[in-house]
Amino acid sequence: MSEALGLYNYWIFVALMMTGLFIVVSRGNLVKKIIGLNIFQASVFLFFISLGKVDHGTAPIVSHAGDHGAAIYANPLPHVLILTAIVVGVSTTAVALALVVRIFEAFGSVEDDDLHRAEHES
Amino acid sequence: MLAFLLVIAVTIVLQHSLIAATMLAGFFSLLMALVFVLLDAVDVAFAEAAVGAGITAMLLLGTLGLVGADERVTRRRPWLPLAVTFAAAAMLVYGTLDLPLLGDPQAPAYTHVAPYYLEFGAIETGVPNFVTAVLASYRGYDTLGELFVILTAGLGVLAMLGLRGAGSGSHAGGEGEISMTHHPILRVIAKLLIPFILLFALYVQFHGESGPGGGFQAGVLFAAAFILYAMVYGASNARRVVSAPMLYMLMAAGVLLYAGTGLASLWYGANFLDYGVFAGDFVSGQLVGIFLVELGVGIAVAATMITIYLAFAERRVE
Amino acid sequence: MIASHLPVLQVVMSLVAAPLCMVLHRGRPAWLLSVAVSWASLACAVALLLQVIDDGAVTYAFGGWAAPVGIEYRIDILNGFVLLIIAAISAVVVPYSLRSAADEIAPERLWLFYAVLNLLLAGLFGIAITGDLFNVFVFLEISSLASYALVSLGRDRRALTAAFRYLILGTLGATFILIGIGLLYAATGTLNMADIAVRVQGQLDSRTILAAFAFLTVGISLKAALFPLHSWLPGAYAYAPSAVTALLAATATKVAIYLLLRMVFLFGPDFIYEELPLSEVIVTLALLGVLSGSAAALLQTDVKRLLAYSSVAHVGYMLLGIGLGGMLGLGGGIVHLFNHAMAKGAVFLAVGCIVLRVGSSELASLQGIGRRMPWTMAAFVIAAFSLIGVPLTAGFIGKWYLVLAAMERGWWWVAAALLVAGALSVLYMWRVVEQAYFHEPHPANADAAEAPLSMLVPLWVLAAASVYFGIDTSLNAGLAARAAAVVLGIAP
Repeated sequence: MSEALGLYNYWIFVALMMTGLFIVVSRGNLVKKIIGLNIFQASVFLFFISLGKVDHGTAPIVSHAGDHGAAIYANPLPHVLILTAIVVGVSTTAVALALVVRIFEAFGSVEDDDLHRAEHES
Repeated sequence: MLAFLLVIAVTIVLQHSLIAATMLAGFFSLLMALVFVLLDAVDVAFAEAAVGAGITAMLLLGTLGLVGADERVTRRRPWLPLAVTFAAAAMLVYGTLDLPLLGDPQAPAYTHVAPYYLEFGAIETGVPNFVTAVLASYRGYDTLGELFVILTAGLGVLAMLGLRGAGSGSHAGGEGEISMTHHPILRVIAKLLIPFILLFALYVQFHGESGPGGGFQAGVLFAAAFILYAMVYGASNARRVVSAPMLYMLMAAGVLLYAGTGLASLWYGANFLDYGVFAGDFVSGQLVGIFLVELGVGIAVAATMITIYLAFAERRVE
Repeated sequence: MIASHLPVLQVVMSLVAAPLCMVLHRGRPAWLLSVAVSWASLACAVALLLQVIDDGAVTYAFGGWAAPVGIEYRIDILNGFVLLIIAAISAVVVPYSLRSAADEIAPERLWLFYAVLNLLLAGLFGIAITGDLFNVFVFLEISSLASYALVSLGRDRRALTAAFRYLILGTLGATFILIGIGLLYAATGTLNMADIAVRVQGQLDSRTILAAFAFLTVGISLKAALFPLHSWLPGAYAYAPSAVTALLAATATKVAIYLLLRMVFLFGPDFIYEELPLSEVIVTLALLGVLSGSAAALLQTDVKRLLAYSSVAHVGYMLLGIGLGGMLGLGGGIVHLFNHAMAKGAVFLAVGCIVLRVGSSELASLQGIGRRMPWTMAAFVIAAFSLIGVPLTAGFIGKWYLVLAAMERGWWWVAAALLVAGALSVLYMWRVVEQAYFHEPHPANADAAEAPLSMLVPLWVLAAASVYFGIDTSLNAGLAARAAAVVLGIAP
């Protein structure tokens, strides 16, 4: 495989990471920030899973008792790590959204500009 | 397909309707799950689809129902965000230049530690799914930590939003509830669908060691069936099935089952989470331990996800 | 038998306390359980540290799987010392929280408060104790989510926005750390830190390793609130419930600094100080943090905010120690970890007492409080001396080492900047003292009485520690020196 193709996954990861990060730091709407955070995290998932890929490999599950040792399997470790990271991601999202709901109830807005203004007044 | 992921992500940046952005984000997750399947990560694909297009999307929609769904368009100069983004990206591209190519069997990640799992995983733990073997046994302690991350999130959401019938009494119930009770077609479909989802959840729970899936995916599916019921028939109807104290008990029971399995190993004189001592021979002990911790994960995840959803669904615009 | 399982008990006791708090479902029993667990954790940390001092590094293999296949806990003098700091602070703050939390948090949510507090502690213990890099990430997330939730429980509505900003920056930081872990894993094939430390040698010129280093550093710096990535800290500390502020200020940033120290160990001191040379960069950033934090503290009108900016400055001191390097610099940074935890814990506990009695931490409402609450303010003044770095207080030692380390390298400008920062810290602390002692009592605190004993005793324990460890420095400075040797790879 040529170098460009072999690193293609990683560069898409970088581009997705940029998009997510850009949403988080540039958008004023708190919900939008959270959506950006999700994309940012998902891009990292792609990076890890790409690390686990092996040419001519299959999913890391022994399908028949007989073929053990003969088949090539993908690296299961990144998969395990990303399962954990997905859980961490949804947990963070839940806490963040709960905060957004409370912020809306307390300030009447979820736009960063309004919140800054309200904070300086109170 | 990867390029398409990027297109969706960029569309989300430009999209000012947050409902549309949420839908796109759900679609993004589904597509990402498909990419994971192509990269041979079926367990992860399963979880990503269930979480990204399922739970996360529902929580986002629930929030938007409360706080409004339109992003204010402001013209500000995005120079600083752009600078931050490009600096991070430049560093990453620089770092990837020395990465092993995709699929390289000689990559360090594939030649150190991983071969151990692939060679001995199925033999030592008796579990054909290597992901389950690593997740529940070799790195079982990470998974315990992961379960406590969910518990922390559940408790955090409760601390912020509270749950009706839990003594918090901060909001009135009943009227104004968001539900689709008046859609007869939805009711019928939901009624047909829910038993199958539950059945499938049970299959995923108890079959995770030989196929894709496991406690986490099963817990999410189980929660999804419940959430579907709550959406179609109304949260207050759903609450007749589960009370707040019951959910709390299930959350605690699930994590305690996992942690208790670890402590039981100490009782038998082995290290924390060493399942080998649970039965006469090592492999049977591993199977017992993996079964117990996966069950703990399933119970705790389902109860916590349901709790989190209800905390959002029962919140009303004052 | 128990002795060999101390590492796991250190973390699992606090972890399990959280679901047990759910089962108890009431504030006071949950508090009692939390106190018991925090004291047991302190005993555990002391016993572990003694084990490490006697027999060298202690390891614990989870599931019986030897590292790097399984996850291992690895305790040496460095993280044994950090565990002791966290455990000691929690053993003092948790008892203190009874009255303070009852005053600031709705009674039906108190059990939730204690459940999450235990998770925060478990997360901090877990980060400090583990020898596995991904395990660091998992426990980092437990402690982070717990601290976002705890900050949001503050009474002021601004606690919510502060918690949200903390969450966004914290998650960015954690994800950067995750990227760093992925790059390191791609280059070495392992997640075990001791294994990584061996396997990165020989490929230190790899671009992947350099990028991993960059992402881990930026991520951890966000968590540590290092200048200029500190913007989340003042709000979070100012609006969190008092007990939470004291705990976070005394422990959470310390754990992040510990991770930076561990990075020196992971990549090797030669990489940091010789190959990259980062000394000048780190020292400059650290001094900017020290000076800007101290200057910003001068401008605050709220004591909690003032002390929060002082924390930004003090994190700068610890970073300065890492930047200067060597036994003196690292030793100074590490001993300052300990001393700052005691002193900053004490001043925040004192402010918590004032908030309980006066209902506000505005500087103006503190006028004449020295007469209303003499014991509270006396402890505050003692701890403030330690924060300024007056000789014969604990805070002096760390700063003295840092000055010596700077002189050793001939960097007079560092010593001069430290002198200026010291003067600034006298000024901002004086503003509080002046309000408390040299004004007629403010109407807001007209009926303020002395704080209850359950809060005064913990406060005085920390204040006394700030003096004791300044006079008898064998424990803190001795351990810090040995920990510095661990970081430099001189001692095992």
